[in-house]
Amino acid sequence: MSDMRALYQEVILDHNRKPRNFGPLEGANRVAQGTNPLCGDNYTIYARVNDDNIVEAVSFEGSGCAISKAAASMMTTRIKGKKVESAEQLIEEFRAMLTGELDLQGDHSLGHLTVFEGVAQLPQRVKCAVLPWHAMHAALEGDDETSTEGDSDIWSKE
Amino acid sequence: MSAQPTALNRSWEEVRADFPILAQSINGHPLAYLDTAASAQMPQQVIDRLVWYHSTLHSNVHRGVHTLSQRATQAFEDVRLKVQQLLNAPSLKECIFTGGTTDAINLVAHSFGKAFLKQGDRVLLSALEHHANIVPWQRICEEVGAFIDVIPINDRGELLLDDLDELLTDRTRIVGVNHVSNALGTVNPIEEIIARAHARDIPVLIDGAQAVAHMQVDVQALDADFYAFSSHKLCGPTGIGVLYGKERWLEKMPPYRSGGDMILNVSWEGTTYNGLPHKFEAGTPSIAAGVGMGAAIDYLQELGFERIAAREAELLAKATERLGAIPGVRLIGTAEHKASVLSFDIEGVHPHDIGSILDSEGVAIRAGHHCAQPVMTRLGVPATARASFAFYNDDQDIDRLVAGIHSVKEIFGV
Ligand SMILES: Cc1ncc(COP(=O)(O)O)c(C=O)c1O
Repeated sequence: MSDMRALYQEVILDHNRKPRNFGPLEGANRVAQGTNPLCGDNYTIYARVNDDNIVEAVSFEGSGCAISKAAASMMTTRIKGKKVESAEQLIEEFRAMLTGELDLQGDHSLGHLTVFEGVAQLPQRVKCAVLPWHAMHAALEGDDETSTEGDSDIWSKE
Repeated sequence: MSAQPTALNRSWEEVRADFPILAQSINGHPLAYLDTAASAQMPQQVIDRLVWYHSTLHSNVHRGVHTLSQRATQAFEDVRLKVQQLLNAPSLKECIFTGGTTDAINLVAHSFGKAFLKQGDRVLLSALEHHANIVPWQRICEEVGAFIDVIPINDRGELLLDDLDELLTDRTRIVGVNHVSNALGTVNPIEEIIARAHARDIPVLIDGAQAVAHMQVDVQALDADFYAFSSHKLCGPTGIGVLYGKERWLEKMPPYRSGGDMILNVSWEGTTYNGLPHKFEAGTPSIAAGVGMGAAIDYLQELGFERIAAREAELLAKATERLGAIPGVRLIGTAEHKASVLSFDIEGVHPHDIGSILDSEGVAIRAGHHCAQPVMTRLGVPATARASFAFYNDDQDIDRLVAGIHSVKEIFGV
């Protein structure tokens, strides 16, 4: 991608400057860490899932580039209040968008998250955008640590 | 070695033209390669030597009676001579081919460690070390129950030697420090460290990965016990490097890796080892890369290290001044003695984003922790952006870097 302005859209910069749901979460019953050892991005994702399997609350903390931080921030706003299954569905759609497997003209529920579409053209940044989502997936599954250097097939499209 | 008059007369523009890779476009812009600290580029002279090796010499070394094998052996061993001259090493026996700096340090950590490190002993490293000069020591120390001490740095990234004598304890068996920091560019006072360690009979390993291509290194003048470097930071190919070690240490150290070539005699009853340097060279080496490294050494010596150092100091001074004048840019690592490495960050922008935006304009820098996480932690930054310069860079590369930084600031509105 030659025009970085198309990548770093205002929504992304805004979430980077003022991340939403940033900080630890009281009463969290799901926690996972996501790290990218190559660039040092490091996030902790918290979630509170209730008895009806609804993600009542989510938050994140940590540090990293604008792409990863905005992805984490926007993710928290979208996943809060969702059923675990539909959260997982959204995670899958987000991943598929970044690996170029999703037809954005077709059916999906990504909404504003399509601002990350351009990242798909920057293979070295795909990991940044997916990192918090991958950590969220791990949190909901009950794993407590994920790394972009792991062997999970979520990275296999790079 | 004296430089050829022809080489002396060549302009930097002509020298830059020796590097074919620099003539290409990246993302629609001419490449401004500012990542020499990660890997230096290869001049055509090195590439030609590789082609020559592959098209006329390729065969195994030290093994064949046939002509090709003898020629390949000769070409490879000639490189050992060049290495000896490059470092002013007393003997060829003290110049060991390794896979690179990392491999060389692993050799010392494990082999010296096996011979000399006992439970309760200590290894002294510096706060500026690359992971390559930390992790091998952690592993051997864990194995034998030894401990690591660290020479601290100040906020400018300079080693603090005030407490060095206390850090050189009765149990300290070896000191490991880099000649030049890859993360910050600090040129470390290794002469003083070596002298003070030797006053207590403690040997010193110098990680010279960032030094050899940029200054004249004389292991005898330094009195270094071990000196390690990689070919790919010296305008040579990847896959090969060197460990210089004083014979008196190497003789007492057990083989590190074992197999073919490092033996004299093998039987089921036992094996006797080859002498130095072959005792530490098991298996088929990177012969082609070695021959290429020889060409790189020739090339740099012909240019002359004084000339190289002067050119790089000029580029560093210019870049430091220009970047330092941009509001919001903070230089990280401002030691008095620096090699041409410029680490920086921009307020409100993560280095990874800086790296991507610069790349989109054809400017190649490194963004990250530079395999020196303890340095980042000490300075309180998650990562830095790092531009590193070689003699083949020019003023336009600096202009492009500055323009790229302005784009970053504009995109991020900072
Ligand atoms: C100071 C320093 N030490 C060690 C290394 C490791 O070198 P290599 O990766 O060639 O083994 C590097 C290069 O990354 C370095 O800059």
